[in-house]
Amino acid sequence: MPTLTYLDAIRQGIWEEMERDPSVFLLGEDIGAFGGAFKVTAGMLEKFGEDRVIDTPISESAIVGAAVGAALMGMRPVVEMQFMDFIACGFDQIVNMAAKIHYRWGPAVPIVIRGPSGAGVHGGPFHSQSNEMWFVHTPGLKVVMPATAYDAKGLIKAAIRDENPVIFYEHKFLYRRIKEEIPSEDYVVPLGKAAVRREGRDITVITYGAMVWTALEAAQELEKEGISLEVVDLRSLLPYDEELVLASVRKCSKVILLHEDTRTGGMAGELAALIAEKAFDDLDGPLLRVTAPDTPVPFSPPLEEYFLPTAQKVIGAARKLAAY
Amino acid sequence: MATNVIMPQMGESVAEGTVTKWLKKIGERVERDEPLFEISTDKVDAEIPSPAAGVLAQILVKESETVAVNTVVAVINGEGAAVVPPQAKAETVSSPSVPPPAPPAAAAAPPVAAGSVAPPTPPGEVRSSPLVRRIAEEYGVDLAQVHGTGLGGRVSKKDILDYVEQQSGAGQGAAAASQPSAQAAPPIQAPGPTPAPVAPQMVFTGPTQVVPMTPMRQKIAEHMVTSKRTSAHVYTVYEIEMTRVVEMRERHKNEFERRNALKLSYTPFFVRAAVEAIKQVPIINSSVDGTNIIYKRDVNVGIAVALESGLIVPVIKRADEKNFLGIARAVHDLAERARTKRLSVDDVQGGTFTITNPGSFGGLFGLPIINQPQVAILGVGAIEKRPVVRDDAIAIRSMVYLSLSYDHRVVDGAVAEQFLTKVKKNLESWDEPVL
Repeated sequence: MPTLTYLDAIRQGIWEEMERDPSVFLLGEDIGAFGGAFKVTAGMLEKFGEDRVIDTPISESAIVGAAVGAALMGMRPVVEMQFMDFIACGFDQIVNMAAKIHYRWGPAVPIVIRGPSGAGVHGGPFHSQSNEMWFVHTPGLKVVMPATAYDAKGLIKAAIRDENPVIFYEHKFLYRRIKEEIPSEDYVVPLGKAAVRREGRDITVITYGAMVWTALEAAQELEKEGISLEVVDLRSLLPYDEELVLASVRKCSKVILLHEDTRTGGMAGELAALIAEKAFDDLDGPLLRVTAPDTPVPFSPPLEEYFLPTAQKVIGAARKLAAY
Repeated sequence: MATNVIMPQMGESVAEGTVTKWLKKIGERVERDEPLFEISTDKVDAEIPSPAAGVLAQILVKESETVAVNTVVAVINGEGAAVVPPQAKAETVSSPSVPPPAPPAAAAAPPVAAGSVAPPTPPGEVRSSPLVRRIAEEYGVDLAQVHGTGLGGRVSKKDILDYVEQQSGAGQGAAAASQPSAQAAPPIQAPGPTPAPVAPQMVFTGPTQVVPMTPMRQKIAEHMVTSKRTSAHVYTVYEIEMTRVVEMRERHKNEFERRNALKLSYTPFFVRAAVEAIKQVPIINSSVDGTNIIYKRDVNVGIAVALESGLIVPVIKRADEKNFLGIARAVHDLAERARTKRLSVDDVQGGTFTITNPGSFGGLFGLPIINQPQVAILGVGAIEKRPVVRDDAIAIRSMVYLSLSYDHRVVDGAVAEQFLTKVKKNLESWDEPVL
């Protein structure tokens, strides 16, 4: 099995889907000749030609609008946001068009909007956001964020094949840091299914994206203290895997909700509500959130480090919860 | 969880406090930080907020009893609380006529006997969690018998699962006997009766009513007598024309109130006039220490505030650094807090000079007693329109008498006159903007 980075896994997934299905095509800023800002689409123009790898003007609204139109005409566009921060410029086309067309008229809108998100690379407030919750709060969309290379490939393929608009968050910090052996044969990772990354007994940490690795680091450290963490990787945020989340909560009875996104209105709050509603009688402690604070992502490296949840912060919360 | 309520220490030198009033009855619900009882100490009277939410389970110190600080005065049962008798050392330190608190009957947790048929503690009274309560129900476990190792003795999932396992392994009920948490605490020993001190027999004819002094009253009495014994009081009285100040107040009071949400009273005028005069006659702002005179750099002006039950003197700190509005706001804030019993110890300490206002009750002037260890106190009489002679004619003017009581040990007559002359000038030719 070849070893691929997280980034190459996404690239390979898109590549394979384009080979498999001629209706799949790409739209985005500098994705053709330049190969994309992070080189996710490198070599695709040469391979698939300019009809299927389209460099667009710098207008996210126009890009998404064109993709929605193409999807209605039977195509499967894959849109790249150069940074997921810029998705705000295409917001109306996503939340009012793509997300609601099927509900209003019936036709499917099988588009994928993908791009790099997240902090940890000193990108500052316009190039580091975790804005997934804007779309998790929009019925009609699906929202995905892989943490591993295997999942990145399997999820992008599943997203392209899905009949719904999918917002596909790639964590830029993981692009070249994560490497994994990837099966050569075709596979998908189903949308809406979480994965247990590490089995544990005392506390379940529910997280996604780059924070999966943070949780695993904390788990390794805490093992020495006899505190056993279970790490759940959501993979899909909308719809999320209620069944697996609740099963893990019922097993460990104590819960840490971890994400890189800011605190208020984050996924942790949503999961806390779910757990309180459906697993209240299984709880043996308060639901603790470990998240970024409610501020923009700072540019200054020490401030960014302070802003981001770290293994140490998870360890602190876990110790508190273990002693509760 | 039961929370002990203690007599707080209201200031470093305060060793005891008197419960003057309970604001909640036994069995009544109280929220955290809701006023629970009122106390009176050497320094201040205060409302004490409840340290926890719950039900007032026991009152261990009755109204008008005086106890040392940190004495447990009450117990609040929170949700999921086991009633635990506090390790109270509620010895009364005064008022021997008041009986010592009765040992809280029925407060001790029922002793748990192995395999006995003692009624199970309702699960709500042991700190646990939804999960633990569910497990307890499933296995028919009395949570009071489970030793909690969690935060604050909480029974955790692990605790109850261990207990269940131990129970099933060790046979019916055998393990419960050794649970240390189930031990009833010994009842509090009531202190024995203390012999009352012999008081001089007073002879009255006719019916009387004996009312014990409040702690505040006792302190006032003590301080006043001490001051008279300490300082060589001398008095001087000035008549001052207030026409300019009265006019200024009339002209600006509406706008002042609109801008500052604060009534424009006369007090800040007198404070400002006195503070400016003190800056020029600093001996007024001193105190005596043996054979030394201590000049204080800050001018901290105490303002006597009459309360229903006595008198308190909150202090405007660094009044010399405040402008008119700052003084006005400080006066208002302190008076308001004095009346609502929300003064802190710090609010009533550190005064270097005092102003009292007998005029607010109609007094022409008063001859106040110096507030030790200060050396002077200014009394402000009532502002009244009086006929006065101006340019050999009788004119109607707003007038006030200001009296200064000063300590002749350090302040001589000439200096006191100098001070009051400056106060007079500051008021009569008032030129500081009030807006």
